[in-house]
Amino acid sequence: MKLSDIVNKLSLDVKTYKDGLQHAVTGAYVSDLLSDVMANSKEGHIWITLQAHINIVAVASMKDLAGIIIIGGRQVPEEVLKKADEEEITVMTTPLSAFEIAGRLYQLLT
Amino acid sequence: MSLNIKETIDGSFQLVGADFTHAGEASTQLKQKLAELGVPDGIVRRVAIATFEAEMNAIIYAAAGWLHYCITPQSITIQVVDMGPGIENIELAMQEGYSTAPDWAREMGWGAGMGLPNMKRNSDIFKIDSVVGEGTTVEMIINFP
Repeated sequence: MKLSDIVNKLSLDVKTYKDGLQHAVTGAYVSDLLSDVMANSKEGHIWITLQAHINIVAVASMKDLAGIIIIGGRQVPEEVLKKADEEEITVMTTPLSAFEIAGRLYQLLT
Repeated sequence: MSLNIKETIDGSFQLVGADFTHAGEASTQLKQKLAELGVPDGIVRRVAIATFEAEMNAIIYAAAGWLHYCITPQSITIQVVDMGPGIENIELAMQEGYSTAPDWAREMGWGAGMGLPNMKRNSDIFKIDSVVGEGTTVEMIINFP
């Protein structure tokens, strides 16, 4: 499924790199521990997390992830958005909790 | 795509303790370079993960450090030397889940005790040498096909 379809169906707010919406999404990974994501996420996954600091961009870029969903309506700092645009990482936000967004995404992807 | 590496390519990056803003820059540049040289994606990603974890460790624990890399037609060697506190018990530090990271790093989602295991898992050869009070050196070799 294309990232743009997921964005529409889950009403995600796309904050950065809109070109990335063409990417195919292969699955998702939910974690707030960055080394866990480095170890266990896969290329093309969406990463669901509450972390909104600058290092999430490098993690997503290192693992070739399809994008990051930041949960709970958290504010993403301007420097993080700037970095994500530079590194071509699509950052999205949702007011929903990790449980709710992961559950809806699971239904779409399986 | 065949490897486009004719001769040895080497270089270094300086790492600054607690400088989270620039964390991952060395790994990102190395990842780009290897991709340009025609190294397969899976291997590039292993190098990126191992390098980023090593870079993060220097940033979290040390005042400063260096990352050196050496690319040959056969492999890449990454050496990270830090001027940190050193590791008292390396065997314990290599155990998944064990961490001595400070609270501020844990709040950022680092310090899960997975950094060193991630480096080892993604390397073909992994060496670690540490002296308490002086620092730690990690050397990782990842072979090309």
